[in-house]
Amino acid sequence: MSWWLPLKGSTFAGEIDGLFIAILVITGIAFVIVEAGLIWFVVRYRARPGRKAFYTHGSTRAEVIWTAIPAVTMVALGLVSNHYWVQIKGRNSIPPNAYPIGIHAKQFEWQVTYPGPDGKLGTADDFTVRNQLHVPAGRPIVLALSSEDVIHSFFVPQFRVRQDVVPGMDIKAWFQATVPGTYELGCSQLCGLGHYRMRAQVFVHTPEEYDAWMKRAAQGEASE
Amino acid sequence: MTTVAATAQVAHGHHDDRPFIRKYIFSTDHKIIGIQFLFVSLFFLLVGGLLAMQMRWQLGFPGKPMPGGGILPETMAPGGVILPEYYIQLVTMHGTFMVFFAIMPLLVGVYANFLIPLKIGTHDMAFPRINMWSFWSAFAAGLVMLASLFVPEGAARAGWTMYAPLSARHDYSGAELGQELWSISIVLLGLSSILGSLNYITTVINNRAPGMTWFRMPLSVWALFITAILGILALPVLSGAAIMLLFDQILGTHFFDPPAGGQALLWQQWGHHMFVSGMNPTLGSSFMVSTLVIAVPSAVKTFNWMGTMWRGNLRFTVPMLNAVAFVAMFVIGGLSGIYMAATPVDMFIHDTYFIVAHLHYVLFGGSLFALFGAIPFWFPKMFGRLMSEPWGKIHFWLTFVFYNCTFFPMHILGMAGHMRRIYDPTQYDFLKPYQPMNEFISISAFLLFATQIIFFVNFWWSLKKGKPAGLNPWQDNGLEWTLPSPAPHGNWERVPTVYRGPYEFSSPQVPEDYLPQTRKLPGDREPAAVSAAH
Repeated sequence: MSWWLPLKGSTFAGEIDGLFIAILVITGIAFVIVEAGLIWFVVRYRARPGRKAFYTHGSTRAEVIWTAIPAVTMVALGLVSNHYWVQIKGRNSIPPNAYPIGIHAKQFEWQVTYPGPDGKLGTADDFTVRNQLHVPAGRPIVLALSSEDVIHSFFVPQFRVRQDVVPGMDIKAWFQATVPGTYELGCSQLCGLGHYRMRAQVFVHTPEEYDAWMKRAAQGEASE
Repeated sequence: MTTVAATAQVAHGHHDDRPFIRKYIFSTDHKIIGIQFLFVSLFFLLVGGLLAMQMRWQLGFPGKPMPGGGILPETMAPGGVILPEYYIQLVTMHGTFMVFFAIMPLLVGVYANFLIPLKIGTHDMAFPRINMWSFWSAFAAGLVMLASLFVPEGAARAGWTMYAPLSARHDYSGAELGQELWSISIVLLGLSSILGSLNYITTVINNRAPGMTWFRMPLSVWALFITAILGILALPVLSGAAIMLLFDQILGTHFFDPPAGGQALLWQQWGHHMFVSGMNPTLGSSFMVSTLVIAVPSAVKTFNWMGTMWRGNLRFTVPMLNAVAFVAMFVIGGLSGIYMAATPVDMFIHDTYFIVAHLHYVLFGGSLFALFGAIPFWFPKMFGRLMSEPWGKIHFWLTFVFYNCTFFPMHILGMAGHMRRIYDPTQYDFLKPYQPMNEFISISAFLLFATQIIFFVNFWWSLKKGKPAGLNPWQDNGLEWTLPSPAPHGNWERVPTVYRGPYEFSSPQVPEDYLPQTRKLPGDREPAAVSAAH
């Protein structure tokens, strides 16, 4: 059981984790200031016989300071977040050479369509595998996400990628896996009674392994 | 306490000689309506908690028979083992009862009704009869929602946010009548809230006592007033959406059903909860800024609360302990919200237990601690007696400890990627190692629930046996503390005159450390305008 974020499995992970740590530091400082202040005030200003509270109508200067500091911090955080957001989800963020994979979600399975040996979706050599997502490491992947029925959500924690899959919409999402290994893809939007078992295995291969798998799978020898 | 006697305008109020049913059941008295809301929403708080306990059983001990679960029918928990279809009903109805039938009515239904007329110095709401209907329509909504647990196929199954199209079609959710009853109940509840909000706004604008200027009005009344205005803006849209959903379910329309030309995202409406929903990423950027900016007023509020405590003279009564804990917990909920507002981080933690932790720190920490302070604070004005302080303190400390043991570890689960609303986390290999933490959370939750028995026993016991309170047990400045406890029907015979704001504590003008709003000091001028309503 780890008390920290999962393995960094995609090119986004470093940036997202960095932002997470930055927010952790900012909120950590605010947390300590406020909670320590509260404890200090509770002890220091507890009622004692014969004592009266200090009579004040407040301080404009203090108000300005404690409005300005959070405002500046939040705007800065917004700018930094937006910088990464545009890289991850912006309209032009998807690399032109990204390798396409189709994902069709339905209650309660993931239908993964591969482009076949020609590397193009929508051609005759495409083939579909249930609940298995195979991707090569070190190459941008663009997912074309669609839903058969209700809203699902594509989520691989190690990739730090989540994208809702909405019926009636064609949604694209991209990522680039970095560490070969086996992971899990889960649905993270309540989609019905089988939501909890709408799970697929994710295999990140080295490029050579991936090519070999593709060859076998395209010839119908894939384990399913 | 000669000062109290001298400053209080002891009123006899109207003698209420109406029959019991008009006095306590179909009552138009704002205080009775507030108390009715209190009893009903405490009941639903208990129901919501009971549903949460069953969820926690399944998450902590998946697949094991639940103690006492044998009484549930085969369609929910055969042999006491919770089924997935029952689990998602629990998820849905826990959220529904807690948000719509416990927290919202406790914060607004109870205290807007009970406090607004008392705190602004008037005899009742502007529209007492509409107020009565507001309660009864909420009550009917609650009964319909409760009944939905007992229909064939059980209650609604699409989460309390009721995302369409899952919620709109029987073949998607697996529940028909339960889904429809959910929508009917929400429409009724929306009606109740609209009626209530209209009343609160009208009353605050028109019925303030002489001298109760806008800026002498207590912050609690300001908060309820603003909430009512926002409610009037948002509720018709929500009710409209609920009616459309009902049409999809019953009449076979397709507002939210894409294959038939509907639009699934139409239901969600609010951009700052849907960064990963597939909406335009540029919109995501602008919603991110507005969501981050919410942090600023929250920070200002927190610093203001701390500034209020600074150089104060704090008496740690049960209401004060809960109020301080409220600030401490609200801060955690506010800070964890920043992770969600930063969209790239939200992409990772959205719909994980991090969100569950966040919303419980906001809703439980931010609301229930406030309520555990508010209930004993105004209990004397409602019932004439004080709740037990020692038992209140035991309840507070146990709640504080078990609450944090329950909800804080959920941040860690969320960081690991633990999804929300999943029936059995052990389905996932990467979540299997977290089962001890889920078990720990479940046991803490059971203890948290058990602790609430202390609160309920204290409440009922104090109704009958509590110490008689007197006019002003907390030495507060508000107008309600000049009335006898309990406050009589019609409140004041003559409405009071207000000379100052409600927060004059330790004023150098008087020897006591509080100065009631109604107390006339030499040099105070009579207010020029005397409200025409009286």
